[in-house]
Amino acid sequence: MDRRDLFKTMGAAAGTALVGGGLKAEEPSVSGVEPVGILVDTTKCIGCRSCEYACADAHKDAGVEVTDEVDFSAERVTDEKHWTVVNRYDTEKGTIYAKKQCMHCRQPACASACLTRAMHKTAEGPVVWTENRCMGCRFCMVSCPFDMPKFEYHSAVPRIQKCVMCAERLAEGKQPACVENCPAGALTFGPRSALLEQARQRIYAAPDAYVHQVYGEDEVGGTGWLYLASVPFAQLGFRTDLGTTPFPTYTREFLYAVPVVLTVVPPLLLALSRASRARAEAQTDAHDEEGNA
Amino acid sequence: MTAVSQSGRALVAAELRRFGTFVLQELKPKGRVLTPFNVISGAIMLVAGVLLTIRFAKGLGAITNLSQDYPWGFWIGFDVITGVAFAGGAYVLTFMVYILGQEKYHPIVRVTVLNGFLAYVFYAGALLLDLGRPWNVINPIIGNSFGVSSVLFLVAWHFMLYMMAEFVEFSPAVAEWLGWRRVRRFLGGLTLGAVIFGITLSLLHQSGLGALYLMARDKVHPLWYSEFIPILFLVSSIFAGLSLVIFEATITHKVFRHRVGAALHGSHDDIVVGLARIAAGTMFVYLFLQLLVFVHGQRWSYLGTGLGAWYLLEMVGLVALPAALFIQGYRSRDLRVIRTAAVLTLLGIVLNRLNVSVIGFKWYAPVRYIPSWMEIEVTLAVIAAELWVFRWVVNRMPVLGTAVGLVREEPSREARAGVLAA
Repeated sequence: MDRRDLFKTMGAAAGTALVGGGLKAEEPSVSGVEPVGILVDTTKCIGCRSCEYACADAHKDAGVEVTDEVDFSAERVTDEKHWTVVNRYDTEKGTIYAKKQCMHCRQPACASACLTRAMHKTAEGPVVWTENRCMGCRFCMVSCPFDMPKFEYHSAVPRIQKCVMCAERLAEGKQPACVENCPAGALTFGPRSALLEQARQRIYAAPDAYVHQVYGEDEVGGTGWLYLASVPFAQLGFRTDLGTTPFPTYTREFLYAVPVVLTVVPPLLLALSRASRARAEAQTDAHDEEGNA
Repeated sequence: MTAVSQSGRALVAAELRRFGTFVLQELKPKGRVLTPFNVISGAIMLVAGVLLTIRFAKGLGAITNLSQDYPWGFWIGFDVITGVAFAGGAYVLTFMVYILGQEKYHPIVRVTVLNGFLAYVFYAGALLLDLGRPWNVINPIIGNSFGVSSVLFLVAWHFMLYMMAEFVEFSPAVAEWLGWRRVRRFLGGLTLGAVIFGITLSLLHQSGLGALYLMARDKVHPLWYSEFIPILFLVSSIFAGLSLVIFEATITHKVFRHRVGAALHGSHDDIVVGLARIAAGTMFVYLFLQLLVFVHGQRWSYLGTGLGAWYLLEMVGLVALPAALFIQGYRSRDLRVIRTAAVLTLLGIVLNRLNVSVIGFKWYAPVRYIPSWMEIEVTLAVIAAELWVFRWVVNRMPVLGTAVGLVREEPSREARAGVLAA
């Protein structure tokens, strides 16, 4: 009986250790492939919103639209029908426009939050969503530090919507639609490391025109989209309190504890149970002897 | 074809027929059907049926106030996160009885395990209502896409496995109800394994519900966010579960008086007083942890704000005060004080879980989420449905005041006949 209990417990624990032993808290970096990114130079953006039109045109099938009349006085956010928005900011250096969309983190919180791997980072760089895997739990939305995944609340077959860095166009060897259609040359597409070098080059070439920081170089462990600006990024509606730790790290310690708990706790409980039963039996025996005496 | 096998087959057929008639008989309601409770809860469920039809035809936005800023609302914050904390009594009591050998609490184990099992079934069911694409819910289970880096993956698996463990823990009662003595003996042998497995799973998913918010660190108000959320959720699930057991025992004792066995009847007060003491102990541990987190997180500056007062209400009014009441009730053996403390504690847990998941979530957002009446209506329907099933089971199976699992003796034929006749 006791030994069987032990085996049953151990068997059950081992079974869960296998399924629950999730130590992989980040997407693998595939060697040999240089992940791509996009550099946004906000000093060049003229706020024409051509990128929004190009995005809607490229992703019509996914339901992306563009709003013709835009009132720049209120900051807009992306939603399930608008994967990117251009906002106007009144800063210490006058009016500056900044395009916002999914940042395509190097270690995305959304992908590590996804229990079906519907949201995942491709080796090439884009963070994309797979329709037939997603169960619509919206944990990606809870976890994303930039609040970028959006959900179709008014659909019986809802999708998670966000910028996918035109992954399907990249596969055809094309550039992302917004980059291709930017008339001001504010957007540059390329390998992330090359973009970083170019960004630094621009800062060094014109040290007074830029703040000496590339937003996205270190934020949340680095993002695929990189930004240059002439004013501190907080003035352009960027969160500057997110830190440089990749977000999956925050749950990694908890997940590390899982296999440990699953293998250590059951034998401890079994031992405790046997010890307390032995004590109870000893007490009963002593009681019986007293009664007999 | 021999005569023996033919008569054997006839015997099996007769046995099956008898079993079928018995189950059909048991499915019928006992007692009056048109009671006020039945009418009201039935109406609530009917309305929810209509609302859910709309929800599945037109999407979540049709009946909920969820938004891009608030992907998780009342259904997750209350039904799932609070509900699972309330269901913690099952793992705490099975630990006390089967692991620590505190036989005093044995008479309430079965009803607590039943409560825990039904809570998981219905709250996991409520989770399905909240999923945008529920038909894909099997994906993380069948293995075509294991998202092992997700805390939610762990929680989903553990919900499922824990439901199975709790069913195994409860299954001897089902076997007794059906009069299957040999099956009953076999299932009884599985109890300790299921208990140990269940406790381990509970440790992980009770804390795992808190760990869901570890990546929402910049969204949860600093008075409620800390890296210690998993531990705080785990410790608070202990006294949340115990308080629910006290609260539930008070009600079932009145409503199902005729079903309460002698073992429970005699020791009910002793059990409640003992639980009060344990609840108080864990609450002081919890308060100490909260104090550490408060100092460590340098939270003084937030106390002067409106949410600071709200935080103090939760910690002082709905944790420290009921903990003191539990002690007082234990000292003076005053069950009314203990019940008051249990209700206050439960309110404190509701508040805490909602503060993390809804009220303190994106406290800076210009448009705040407030649940629609329809979300609350559906929640009430889920609770009503659970109560109906609970009542059905309690009125038929030996649940109240009978010991579970490791009991040495089988119920005698007479006793079983008595149980079935009741």
